[in-house]
Amino acid sequence: MDNVIRRRTPGARLARAALYAVLIVAALFYLLPLVIMLLTSIKPLDEIGAGTLLALPQHPTLAPWITAWGEACTGMRCEGVGGYFWNSFAIVIPAVAISTVVGALNGYALTKWRFRGSELVFALMLFGCFIPFQVVLLPMAQTLGWLGLSSSRAGLVLVHVVFGIAFTTLFFRNFYVAVPSELVSAAKLDGAGFFRIFWRILLPVSAPIIVVSVIWQFTQIWNDFLFGVAFSAHDTQPVTVALNNLVNTSTGVKEYNVNMAAAMIAALPTLVVYVLAGKYFVRGLTAGSVKG
Amino acid sequence: MSTSLSPARAARAPAKRSALGTLSDWLPRLVLAPSIAVSLFFVYGFMIWTFVLSLTNSRMLPSYDFVGFAQYAQLMANDRWWVAASNLVVFGGLFVGICLVLGAGLAILLDQRIRQEGSLRTIYLYPMALSFIVTGVVWKWLLNPSLGLQAMVRGWGFESFTFDWLVNPDMAVYTLVIAAVWQASGFVMALFLAGLRGIDDSIIKAAQLDGASLPRIYARVVMPCLRPVVFSAVMILSHIAIKSFDLVVALTGGGPGYASDLPATFMYTHAFTRAQIGLGSASAMLMLGGVLAILIPYLYSELRSRRHG
Repeated sequence: MDNVIRRRTPGARLARAALYAVLIVAALFYLLPLVIMLLTSIKPLDEIGAGTLLALPQHPTLAPWITAWGEACTGMRCEGVGGYFWNSFAIVIPAVAISTVVGALNGYALTKWRFRGSELVFALMLFGCFIPFQVVLLPMAQTLGWLGLSSSRAGLVLVHVVFGIAFTTLFFRNFYVAVPSELVSAAKLDGAGFFRIFWRILLPVSAPIIVVSVIWQFTQIWNDFLFGVAFSAHDTQPVTVALNNLVNTSTGVKEYNVNMAAAMIAALPTLVVYVLAGKYFVRGLTAGSVKG
Repeated sequence: MSTSLSPARAARAPAKRSALGTLSDWLPRLVLAPSIAVSLFFVYGFMIWTFVLSLTNSRMLPSYDFVGFAQYAQLMANDRWWVAASNLVVFGGLFVGICLVLGAGLAILLDQRIRQEGSLRTIYLYPMALSFIVTGVVWKWLLNPSLGLQAMVRGWGFESFTFDWLVNPDMAVYTLVIAAVWQASGFVMALFLAGLRGIDDSIIKAAQLDGASLPRIYARVVMPCLRPVVFSAVMILSHIAIKSFDLVVALTGGGPGYASDLPATFMYTHAFTRAQIGLGSASAMLMLGGVLAILIPYLYSELRSRRHG
């Protein structure tokens, strides 16, 4: 690709070394908080007061993780964040599934079955991606009350679906727009219906965008705090809310190692997703933001 | 495909109007209907509803005694609101600015045929996968004066080293900037890197042949091509800044006092914990106004450029 001959003068070598040095320093800036979080989470409490942030644990222990999972106090209760971790899954899985299915059908209808005003419909829904959610909190609380879903997991699933479909529709619409329409037109001529065409023609090529949508929705909903704190009760809180309660519960000595272990527990699912499917994660983040 | 369809033939097809045909005409609209209804009610309806609430004197519970724009007047006279609003300007400005510089810088450096580029990119970007609550908890620990960075540097022998921004009312808002930049700058790097990879190599080579130096090429040739990327990044980052709620809650709790409040936390505190629903709604409407002020020029330029090509 690059056929310019590079002469390696000492100056160029020095510049190259400086370049790597800068990049490595930057990598340390991003990595160190995670490393320190991990180190702190496996130190006994007495080593935290005595040592410094970067000191390696003398007697590494998993006790803080066990406490964080099952015993630490989050507000009034002392049952750890374990239960809330599963709460998050119970909220995230249905919300991701429903919003992805709805988004796929919306995107398909908006691109392959255009009708008068379909662009307007898209613009109308797209706006939902941009509103600050503070503007819907109070009416939402009242509506959830009317629906009998106050402080329930089902209520949180509903909230996440409602405000997630704007994003999933955007993903699928932008993906299906690029899928050639000839096949769809041919199938229409042969008398294939709406769902049949979706099932046989669009769905088989949708794997990448389904992954993008699932990952995006998973990280968004898992990491949500605002809806979680506004619309949940003790036993329906997601793990982010429980983590915040745990850190702010002051009963005697602050157990920083337990705090860090709880933070790691809350962070692990999205980190794992990122490590396994980083490429799709980036694509979701940049979807619609870079034209092309 | 062996058969290619002319658009004319495709258009003639729906001529046969059976009951089934009409159903399939309406099916796409039926499929979209629930989403449209949901969006009309939960987005647009709720915006109007919040606006209505902002015109009432609702306190603990929504009431519908209208008081005109009194809540907005009260907001304008509220010292805490002004602290929150000016914090947003400081936080938003620094956050967007630093993320752009850092993100663009790292992207340009990474674009120099770096070994291990993939791993570096992964490291720069992973904080974006974390919850702002996790970020806040971690940085609260790092910035804790008695056990965090300050203690560590003092332990190295710099006894007078002071880094107590977290508990200093004048500096607390800057700790939000540090943590938010840590979380989001890798994302800006990814945006810029994608933009850089999209630039035609021949432009750069032509400039190289003309004898332009590398920094000059980046400043004069490459960066102007990346204007849309800068635009998108500014748009997304300012959006994150206005919405920032979890980070404040986890890192500073809005404190010390209310020194590091942002509009998002101001709204939540007043609407949900201080029984000031009317005032909270008014602040939510102003936040919406702020978002629209950024969004409308963006959408306008986006639509215009699409129409022209």
